[in-house]
Amino acid sequence: MIAEHVAFGIIAAVMVASALRVVTTRDIVHAALYLVIVLAGVAALFLLVGAEFTGITQVLIYIGAVIVLFLFGIMLTRSDFDQDEEADHRHKLPAVLTALLLLAVMIGALVDRFADVKLDANLPGGRAPQTTAQVSDELFSQYIVPFEAVSVLLLAALIGAIVIARREEGG
Amino acid sequence: MLLNEMLLLGAVLFCIGVYGVLARRNGVLVLMSIELILNAVNINLIAFGAFHDTVTGQIFALFVITVAAAEVGIGLAIVLLLYRNRRSIDLDQVDLMKG
Repeated sequence: MIAEHVAFGIIAAVMVASALRVVTTRDIVHAALYLVIVLAGVAALFLLVGAEFTGITQVLIYIGAVIVLFLFGIMLTRSDFDQDEEADHRHKLPAVLTALLLLAVMIGALVDRFADVKLDANLPGGRAPQTTAQVSDELFSQYIVPFEAVSVLLLAALIGAIVIARREEGG
Repeated sequence: MLLNEMLLLGAVLFCIGVYGVLARRNGVLVLMSIELILNAVNINLIAFGAFHDTVTGQIFALFVITVAAAEVGIGLAIVLLLYRNRRSIDLDQVDLMKG
């Protein structure tokens, strides 16, 4: 139990520090690389609470695909942004206030409702990992219609991205 | 492990993401902040899935991941188009529809 706490603490501290760097660093490529650390931390958390399939998917899709997409985006839109212009607005105070207020409200609500609730409170026999077989059983029986809808959505996004980003020829 | 540890971490990440969306001017950086927000939501889904001992949390997180991937694809295509037309991805300069 102690090991779990320590692991969670380390992962959480690294994630929060990296996430802060993502939104404050001036170099866009560094922001993308810090985002990798945050996403890896999320995947580690998923594995820690026994959501193995989602953890692996997180690594494959986010770190494998989304970050590469981001790096391509940075490469293709590279301008003199980094040198002359700030990556941030000049007036950051409203954004800071909004974020802090939101944080205060959420922390207040969570502490009020879930203080001292254990993660395995509903499981007298201790927590067991949720296996990939369970996930697939549920996904392909109860959630088959959303699954098909999401596949159509992905196809639409693929075609949409090609149409939007395609260079107009002869036009 | 407490349920609240996961939920509070999710809340902190969410607020960092909100700050990023509000404070950043670069289109790509705003998209990255949106990814932070979506990941915070996924942490909550997984935490409640583990808490209630159901795989539904995982399945919803998978759907969120899929939709996020589609969103990044479209978002970056739009940013690319913006860059091609205006030579800049500064979101403050995108005020064509301002009244």
